[in-house]
Amino acid sequence: MAVAATAERARIDFPAVLKDAVLAAVVAFVLAVPLVGLQTLDQGANALGIKTRFDWVAYGTIAVFLGRLAIGYLLAVRARPATAAGTSGGLNALAATVSQYSTAIGVVGVAFAVALPFLPFSSVYVLDVATKVMIYVMLGWGLNVVVGLAGLLDLGYVAFYAVGAYSFALFAQWFHLGFWQALPVSGILAATFGVVLGFPVLRLRGDYLAIVTLGFGEIIRIILINWSDVTGGPNGINGIPRPTLFGLSFLNPDNVAEDVPTFSGFFHIDFAVIQRYIFLYYIILILALITNAFTLRLRKLPIGRAWEALREDEIACRALGLNPRNIKLSAFAIGAMLGGFAGSFFATSQNFISPESFTFIESAIILAIVVLGGMGSQLGVVLAATVLVTLPEFGRELAQFRMLIFGMAMIAIMIWRPRGLLAHREPSLRLHGKSAARRKAAA
Amino acid sequence: MEYFLQQLINGLTLGSIYGLIAIGYTMVYGIIGMINFAHGEIYMIGAFISLIAFLSLGLLGISFVPLQLVIVLLVAMFFTAVYGWTMERIAYRPLRGSTRLAPLISAIGMSIFLQNYVQLLQGARVKPLQPVVQGGIELMTNADNFSVQITYLQIFIIVLTVALMAAFSNVISRTPLGRAQRACEQDMTMASLLGVDVDRTISLTFVMGAALAAVAGMMVTMYYGVIDFYIGFLAGVKAFTAAVLGGVGSLPGAMLGGLLIGLIEAFWSGYFSVEYKDVSVFMILVLVLIFRPTGLLGKPEVEKV
Repeated sequence: MAVAATAERARIDFPAVLKDAVLAAVVAFVLAVPLVGLQTLDQGANALGIKTRFDWVAYGTIAVFLGRLAIGYLLAVRARPATAAGTSGGLNALAATVSQYSTAIGVVGVAFAVALPFLPFSSVYVLDVATKVMIYVMLGWGLNVVVGLAGLLDLGYVAFYAVGAYSFALFAQWFHLGFWQALPVSGILAATFGVVLGFPVLRLRGDYLAIVTLGFGEIIRIILINWSDVTGGPNGINGIPRPTLFGLSFLNPDNVAEDVPTFSGFFHIDFAVIQRYIFLYYIILILALITNAFTLRLRKLPIGRAWEALREDEIACRALGLNPRNIKLSAFAIGAMLGGFAGSFFATSQNFISPESFTFIESAIILAIVVLGGMGSQLGVVLAATVLVTLPEFGRELAQFRMLIFGMAMIAIMIWRPRGLLAHREPSLRLHGKSAARRKAAA
Repeated sequence: MEYFLQQLINGLTLGSIYGLIAIGYTMVYGIIGMINFAHGEIYMIGAFISLIAFLSLGLLGISFVPLQLVIVLLVAMFFTAVYGWTMERIAYRPLRGSTRLAPLISAIGMSIFLQNYVQLLQGARVKPLQPVVQGGIELMTNADNFSVQITYLQIFIIVLTVALMAAFSNVISRTPLGRAQRACEQDMTMASLLGVDVDRTISLTFVMGAALAAVAGMMVTMYYGVIDFYIGFLAGVKAFTAAVLGGVGSLPGAMLGGLLIGLIEAFWSGYFSVEYKDVSVFMILVLVLIFRPTGLLGKPEVEKV
C-alpha cells in the first residue's frame, strides 16, 4: 500500500509544475512593475511625482510563485483518482438535495425570517442589514423572471429600481401621497417604462439586448443627475415620508403634535426606535414573499411556461404559434414592476435617495445574485443575496478591499461553478408527477 | 462654418480613440462571441501605464519629445498586452464552452476587480499630466476672430490611428495569424482539427486588442491631460456602442463606428448640450439596433436550427 502510494506520487510531473509556477511568477512580475512598483504621487499644483515600491513587487511575485506551485501540486495530486466527478460533486449533490426539499427549506427559512426581530441577538443593526438583504432578495427574484425564466440578459435592471424610487419620492413631494398609495402607482410606472424600452429592443439577440439595457440604465442615471429642477440633481431628494401602519406613524409621540396618531401612543406602549425597523423589515419581507409566490405561480401558468420555452428554443416557439415579442415584453414588464416596488420601498426606508444609489454596479450586483445563486433557483437567490450583502458587513475594517474581493469572488465562483452555486435543473413539468420520479431515482 | 470645422476635427480625434478601443471588442466578439466587459478597464490600465511611463521618462531626463512618444507607446502596448493576456488566461479560458452568461459575469467581475486594483494602488484622485505635445496649425480665422485650429497632438492621434489600422488590417488579411483568427471565427472545432492552435489564437487576439486599447489610453492621457481609475467604464460602453454601430465582427466597421460616435459626441456637445452628450450616443445605438440590427457594415446573421 505504502509502496503504491509512493509510486503514484512519483508520477506527479514536478518539473512541469515548477515550470508553470516560474512562468506565473514572471507574468506576475511584469504585471506588477508598472502599476505596483511605481506609484504616482501628488506634489501640489497639478504636478505628479513617482514613488517606487519594488519591495511590494517582490512580495507579490513570490506570493504568486508559491500560490501557483501549491495549486499545481494540489491539482496534480487530485487529478489522479477520479478525474471528472471530483471537485464539485459534493455541491452538486447538495444542490440536488436542496431542490428536492425546497418546500421544507422554504418553510423553515420563512419561519426564521418572521421570527428574526424577536430573536435574542436582534438589534437595530441586525434588522437594518436584514432589510437590505431582503431588498436584494426581492430585486433578485424580480430579475430572475427576466434573466432566469425568460432568458433575457438585462444589464440595466437598476433603471427600474430607480424609476420606482424616484416616482414614489416625487409623488410624495408633489401630491403628498403616502407609501401605500404610491406603491402600486410606482410599480405600474416602472412596468410602463419596461414596456416602452422593451418594445423596440426585445427582438434583438441576447448580447445586443444586454448592451441596450445597460445604455438605458445609464440614460436614466444621467437624466436623474442633470434634470435638477425635478429630481434634485446630484443632491437627490430628501425627506421622503416613512410608511405608516393604517395611519399610525412610528414617530416619537413626544416630538409630534397631539392629533398625529402614533404607533406607540395608540397601543399604549413605550416608544422605541426599533419598532420602526421591525415594521420596515416586515414590509419588505411581505413584499418579497408576495413576489416569490407570484413568480412561482406564474411559472405554472401558460405565460410562465412560454417564458421557459422561449429561453430554450425561440424558433420552436415561433413554429408553435407563440408570439415571442409579446411573451418577452410581459417578462420584461413584470420584472420591471417588481423592481419598481423594491425601489419605492428603498426610497421610503432610506428617507433619502440620490442618483448615486443607482449606478451600474448595482445592476451588476443584482445580476450577480441571480447568476451566482443558480439561474432560475429561488433559494439560490436568497443564498447569494445573503452572502453578497452580509460579507461586506463582516469585513468593515477591510472596507477598501471590499469591491476588490467582490470582483475576485465573482470570477472565482464562475470558474468553480459556471451554472451558479445552487444550480440544479428540475423539469417544471413531469409525466407522472414528482413522487414517481423520486421513486424511480431511488430504484 | 468655422465652428463646424472645429467640431469636425475634435470629433475625428475623439472618434479615432473610440475606434481603437472598439477594435478590441469587435475582434474578441467575432472570435469567441463574448462581450469582453473588462476591455474598457484594459484601456484604463493602458492610460495609467502611459502616465507612469511619461513621468518616469521625465525623471530619467529624456526630454526629446518624439523619443518620449515612441518609448511610451511601446512600453504601454507591451505591459497592457500582458494584462490582456493574463485576463484571458485567468477569467475566460476556463469558461470556454460553458454557458453563455458565465464569461460575461466573469468579465464584469474582472472589470470591478481591475478598477479597484488600480484605485488601491494609484489612489482615487484625478491624475494630471503636463502637456507633452504643444502647439498647432491655424487653419483659418473668421471675422469674429474665431480660429479653426488643428493641434499637433490631434494630427499625431489621427495619423497614428490610420497607421495602426493599416497595420492591423494587414495582419488580419495577410499573415498566418490573421488566417487562423478568421478560421476560428468561422468554426473553432474545424479550425482545431486542421491544426490551428485555437487557444493560442484567442490569446493573441486578446493581446492585440489590449495593445490597441493601450494606444487609445496613451492618446487620452495626452489629449485630456487628466485620467482617473473610472474612465474605463464609460469609454468601454461607448466603444462597444461603436463596435455594434459598425457591425460587430467587422474591423472597418469598428473604426467607422468609432468615428461616428466621436463625431456625434463632438457635434452634440458643440451644438446642443454637454450634459446629455452620453445620452445622445446611447440613443443612436438604440436607433441603429432597431432599424439595422446588424450594424452598418455587419453581415446579417443566419439563424440555424
